Amino acid sequence: MTTTETTDTAQDERTLQVYRVYIKVAPEKVWQAITDPEWNGRYGYGAPQFFELRPGGSYRSTASEEMRKVSDEMGYGIPDVVVDGEVLEADPPRRLVQTFRMLMSPDAAADGFTRLTYEIAEVAPGVSRLTVTHDVTGAPNLAAVVAGAYEDQGGGGGGGWAWILSDLKSLLETGSVLAG
Amino acid sequence: MVAFPCRDPLTCDLLVTYLFAMDDDRVFKALADPTRRLLLDRLFVRDGQTLTELESAVEMTRYGVMKHLRVLEEAGLVVSRKSGREKLHFLNPVPIRLIHDRWIDKYTEHRVAALVDLKHELEEQS
Repeated sequence: MTTTETTDTAQDERTLQVYRVYIKVAPEKVWQAITDPEWNGRYGYGAPQFFELRPGGSYRSTASEEMRKVSDEMGYGIPDVVVDGEVLEADPPRRLVQTFRMLMSPDAAADGFTRLTYEIAEVAPGVSRLTVTHDVTGAPNLAAVVAGAYEDQGGGGGGGWAWILSDLKSLLETGSVLAG
Repeated sequence: MVAFPCRDPLTCDLLVTYLFAMDDDRVFKALADPTRRLLLDRLFVRDGQTLTELESAVEMTRYGVMKHLRVLEEAGLVVSRKSGREKLHFLNPVPIRLIHDRWIDKYTEHRVAALVDLKHELEEQS
């Protein structure tokens, strides 16, 4: 079928990054930690994220205090909204699909919107498997950031998804984030 | 939805023990093989490859490569995804990150980094 072949070709050209972590809490807790600003500002980059959990709903993440401090010290400005996007699917506590555009740097902002999917499966009672699939097709700058390419350069570059998910696991399982 | 067979509490307990007590062991064992490290290197260079593509990277039967990929998947270092008729393999760096965060704290990290820098400098001079 022509349509299918076209789709296959399009998929071949996509650039996906896939991250998976097992966390010893129920899927509802993982969902809350991702979508609730009371939780999602406590790990990783520490920037609270606000979701309107319905198709077409808005998504934005605002700069954390630390981000402001670091950017002031280094003498460059930081926008109030550091990431924006739109919620495409929200099926709590299993599946969240959104668009994602990073506004922290002009390069990443120029990459435009990417597609981000969270999938949460309960693999045993009280054990969740979280899979993050980030479709960074046509977004090389953002792809480098979320792969952790800037971790050693300081300035809040962070270690990307692997670092965020490690921190999320630590927070949910031990109640505290990783040191440093 | 339960993704792994887990029909009675005993199986579930074993599964949990297996998933968490064995995780690091499985990662270290998976990494302790040159072919599997080569497969990970290939995925690092280009992510999301099919079995056929990965097969061309190593001198080994298709079955041999499949076996290695299964070990990597069980260790969580590779995540596979269906895409149309194909199965694509992705490098998942999270298990290595967890080991890094578990074993290398902020204090030792500086010393490790200093040694790595020294090694690079000395090797460049020679």
